[in-house]
Amino acid sequence: MSQTHRLKGKLAIAGLGVTPQGKVYDRSHMGFAVDAVRLALLDAGLERSDLDGILLNPGLAWGPAAMGSYNLQQALGLRNVRLSSTMNAGGATAGAMIQHAALAIDAGLCSTVACVFSDRPLKSPEEHTNVKNNGGASSYVFPRGLDAAHGQFGMNAMYAMVARRHMHTYGTTQDHLGAVAVTQRHWATLNSAAQFHDRPITLADYHASRWVVEPFHILDCCLVSNGGVAVIVTKAEHARTLRKPPVYLWGMGQGHPGGDIRETLTSGAALAKATAFPMAGIETTDIDVAELYDCYTFTVLATLEDYGFCPKGESGPFVSDGHTGVGGSLPVNTGGGQLSSSYMWGMTPIAEAIVQARGEAGARQVPKHDVVLASGNGGLLSTHTTLVLSPLPS
Amino acid sequence: MTTTPTPRLGAHGTPTKPLPKIEAAMAPFFAAAQKHRLVVQRCIDCGALRYPARELCSTCLGSTTEWIAVSGRGEIFSYNVMHQVYHPAFAGDVPYAVVIVKLAEGPMMTTSLLDCPLECVRIGAAVEVAFEDLSADVTLPKFRLIDPPEQP
Ligand SMILES: [Zn+2]
Repeated sequence: MSQTHRLKGKLAIAGLGVTPQGKVYDRSHMGFAVDAVRLALLDAGLERSDLDGILLNPGLAWGPAAMGSYNLQQALGLRNVRLSSTMNAGGATAGAMIQHAALAIDAGLCSTVACVFSDRPLKSPEEHTNVKNNGGASSYVFPRGLDAAHGQFGMNAMYAMVARRHMHTYGTTQDHLGAVAVTQRHWATLNSAAQFHDRPITLADYHASRWVVEPFHILDCCLVSNGGVAVIVTKAEHARTLRKPPVYLWGMGQGHPGGDIRETLTSGAALAKATAFPMAGIETTDIDVAELYDCYTFTVLATLEDYGFCPKGESGPFVSDGHTGVGGSLPVNTGGGQLSSSYMWGMTPIAEAIVQARGEAGARQVPKHDVVLASGNGGLLSTHTTLVLSPLPS
Repeated sequence: MTTTPTPRLGAHGTPTKPLPKIEAAMAPFFAAAQKHRLVVQRCIDCGALRYPARELCSTCLGSTTEWIAVSGRGEIFSYNVMHQVYHPAFAGDVPYAVVIVKLAEGPMMTTSLLDCPLECVRIGAAVEVAFEDLSADVTLPKFRLIDPPEQP
């Protein structure tokens, strides 16, 4: 047994705030952010004056958001903040905010930090008639000059290229992608807050669903959601005095491999876990439940491989065999994930990890939740963050 | 907030496909394409090839660069098939393939195919460049299968 890392169990998540998610139009991106922090403070039993740090991952509706975290501070009426930044590493940002908060607290820069994501890409039916750009999924199209000239638009198409290459290289099939969608939808049926909790699907439904860009059906792609999530990080000894049982931060790491992902077909998970798992004092096999960033079904497959839950190229059979489902050996995306619950960038997996670690997940609670993994992924498998969480201090 | 592309309108009021805006860094690429030559950047300091253009070489950080002609041959490295219409000018084309071609010299290009039915698009297929003149300023390098399937 190696020596315990000095940060293991020293910091904890004390509060989680999740606003209504999905087709919710009664707040702006700022309103969702403020409300998420309010809910996280209530969850933790903290006062606003206890917060002295604010980190923000601005969703698309924030625009460039150069002063995003300051604007959020003002909207929250916070005084004397000692840590403030607007951060963006795509879907890996949520995990990175928690890491930066933990390090800043440990270094004595501040004591209690709210890490916040919100977005409002969806327009209400009334707003649709009044604006030229109707938002929603079209917000994610990102037209690029030469790509658009050839008819390629958006992240869906770029990920489809990587998924197709994975299918060619490793024999991953359309059924394997579908197994991810069906398994996560089953989890979502156990989560009343999931956007698609009342719509179970079969593999036949998956194959019958419309193509967006082959090899992706609509059921391979994450949702588009309005809403906000806030997570409050503080020292473990402080968290133990608060309303909710602490969720301890055992390990953390980042991995941004660079190079051409289309050739490597490998996310930053392998690099990030090499930092996070030794810090947590765990091996891949110690993980009880995994909440993996799932912008697409394919992203889950690549991430499972890169954490070593199965050999490279064998994630398809791993999921099709039921390992990641209810009662499986490795429950994955137990709230339905971004494919079936809601899309809050990297906050969706982290929020579910906190709920599972606390044992608050109700019908979908996994029986063993001592070691909980949450991953974040940004760009085209470009950026990656790892968090290892636990209800136990060590 | 990103915006969807505003379609240009053609002679009959129908939307036309978006033309790439020619940024200074890519101007030599488009100038060569007009002459039906395919070029990529080559770092004079270390010899690394790159596409699309960068100001400094990401291999050696050198900033002396030339554009060199490549063979125009390569193979399909991956592809997708677009079904959703993101721009009205492609409404009549769906479903259509977008491909990544790995050039014989190494660089990868996101591009599309001329005269290739969807069922003939496969990874590993040998392709060669074919130029499509779109406007006075813009010629788009596309690709054709080198061994096209027999037409029935
Ligand atoms: Zn160089």
